[in-house]
Amino acid sequence: MTGFILRRLLQLVPTMLVISALSYFVIQLAPGDFLTRLKLNPRIDQETLLKQAKTLGLDKPAWQRYLIWLQGIVLRGDFGYSFEHHRKVWDLFIERLPATALITLPVFVFAWLISLPIGIYSATHQYSVGDNAFTFTTFLSLSIPDFFFALVLMFFLVEVFAVQSVGGLFSQQFIAAGWSWAKFWDYLQHLWPVVLVIGTGASAGLMRFMRGTMLDILNAHYVQTARAKGLNEHKVVYKHALRNAVNPMITIFGQSLSGLIQGALITAIVFNLPNVERLYFNALSIQDEYLTMTLLMFFATLLLVGNLLADIALAVVDPRIRYG
Amino acid sequence: MGEHNAGAGIPAQTQLQLIWRRFKHHRLGIVGTVIVFALTFMALFADFLSPYHYAQQHRQYSYVPPMQVHFFSEDGFSFQPFVYALERQRDALTFKTGYTEDRSQKFPIRFFVAGDPYKFLGLFETNIRLFGLGTPPESPGQLFLWGTDQSGRDLLSRTLIGARVSMAVGSVSITLSLFLGMLFGGLSGLYGGIVDTLIQRLVEIMQSFPGLPLFLALAAILPKAWSPTMVFFGIVFIFSLIGWPGLARILRGQILTLREQEFILAARAMGTSNMRIIFRHLLPNTLTTLIVTASLGIPGAILGESSLSFLGLGIRDPMASWGLLLNDFLGSTISNLSFHPWLMIPGLFIILAVLAFNFMGDALRDAVDPFNIN
Repeated sequence: MTGFILRRLLQLVPTMLVISALSYFVIQLAPGDFLTRLKLNPRIDQETLLKQAKTLGLDKPAWQRYLIWLQGIVLRGDFGYSFEHHRKVWDLFIERLPATALITLPVFVFAWLISLPIGIYSATHQYSVGDNAFTFTTFLSLSIPDFFFALVLMFFLVEVFAVQSVGGLFSQQFIAAGWSWAKFWDYLQHLWPVVLVIGTGASAGLMRFMRGTMLDILNAHYVQTARAKGLNEHKVVYKHALRNAVNPMITIFGQSLSGLIQGALITAIVFNLPNVERLYFNALSIQDEYLTMTLLMFFATLLLVGNLLADIALAVVDPRIRYG
Repeated sequence: MGEHNAGAGIPAQTQLQLIWRRFKHHRLGIVGTVIVFALTFMALFADFLSPYHYAQQHRQYSYVPPMQVHFFSEDGFSFQPFVYALERQRDALTFKTGYTEDRSQKFPIRFFVAGDPYKFLGLFETNIRLFGLGTPPESPGQLFLWGTDQSGRDLLSRTLIGARVSMAVGSVSITLSLFLGMLFGGLSGLYGGIVDTLIQRLVEIMQSFPGLPLFLALAAILPKAWSPTMVFFGIVFIFSLIGWPGLARILRGQILTLREQEFILAARAMGTSNMRIIFRHLLPNTLTTLIVTASLGIPGAILGESSLSFLGLGIRDPMASWGLLLNDFLGSTISNLSFHPWLMIPGLFIILAVLAFNFMGDALRDAVDPFNIN
């Protein structure tokens, strides 16, 4: 088992290298660079621009910049410098992590807590009124673009419920304040629309998947056997079917955190959330390249590590899986 | 051969007839299909159906709320619907511009009337539009049934034209991903060995990319100077670049299982040529999977395009797509939303289109499954 985990961890290194190189290539394809906006400013002369390019390292060719960036990470754990914020990329990233966690974890818990029971219910009561209602709701929530849902929700909050502060994670007076009950209450008031927008989309997918998996298993021969020998329905569903439905869900579980973080990208822009996703979008649009690259690598790491953890969990749970 | 005699009275049905029979039972699927066809029709004849040219600006009529169509006037009821003239005034307190109806001037809505010129289906120049008020000299009124945006462009006309991009982006990009997926998946499954290993590594790497962030980074490449058509194909290309690995994997799996099955073996034993095996036996068996995967992939592309255009990374002005029409709300969100809620109408079309494609795809998936007894 240890060997399996070690080997998989080692495989991550070349994968990350390829991903980083390709990502850097893609980012370089975008027309212009960070200084393009300054070039359009008539008050900035050519000499300042050249000096600026030299300071930021933008006078070097792209492949050299990539290698320098990579070298910094490997040798000094330095993820580079943000052109826009004039600060270390790593500090900016760490600064945004708490807000990212405060948004993603509640959504994560919400999505799994509502989708699993409903998925099981829908499968055991296939084509009942409840199942049809849930199916329709999931289809609807999968069909609404997150940004539009967020806009409509904001409209209702402002127009119908006359909410004063929409967007962000805290009201103005609480942003710098330490934690207190008042701040927590304020947080919850800002959080629920975000959870609703990201969570419904995420749980709709999970629900469909859980329902499908359960249905497949409920039609299997061993479930038929269990019923035929007179086992009560409760035992059939929870001991025979549900335990076998766990495996595919573990795979999904591994991808789910990364999926939620990515899914929050567009919602974060509409709600103006102070999280990593928002930072990424800003960095991308102004071509703050080391910041963009580091955050892209963060997203990729989440995905790869999630998959790895899921594979390890599967190997532990399922005796049929060989990992030698 | 006993089974054949059992159904002697009933004429044998082809696979297609069986699929259609199962499809018909899926009521939501039928509704979805009808909506898909209606929206496609709307996209094709958008110029004819809309009262104005989609880029026509009416500078003095910025943010007009949806206008009311009347049938009753002081003269009583008439079958000829009409609108009143718009009167603009400024609120003395807030300085906000507002519009009221000027009841002294009536403009009848006429059908098959001359309007802004356009090219019908790209074939010939005409100026006949389904409805409108006619051209200014004889009819100076305005007809903004769904209101206007900041530069006074008619939202109805822009929503209709927006259907073109939004509906086309799904089908075109899925066709391209299908092509790439079939090519790579097919090569992988048929040849195996080194080709298979290489393609599978490529697919794995493509799939370990964080999709949405990469997608945005790719969209940022499209140069600002590109024409709307170029941007459209750029977006389509990005979609298929991200979409093909999944399809290739599905197809490879299918071909690998099919290759080992008895009927292929039987065909081989009878000396059937490789080409005939591919086109007569392998492809028809994977076709249904492909069609279903494709129809379920379209809504994803529509959602993706709308999100991109909403963020300002997709289709650009003066062209329109449903996502781009909502781009006004990016940034100065809240006041804009409260003052101009009618600008959210295009969002409803995104939902309608995606929902319709989802229902159609779902019904199709159930219908093509030969083991599904309904």
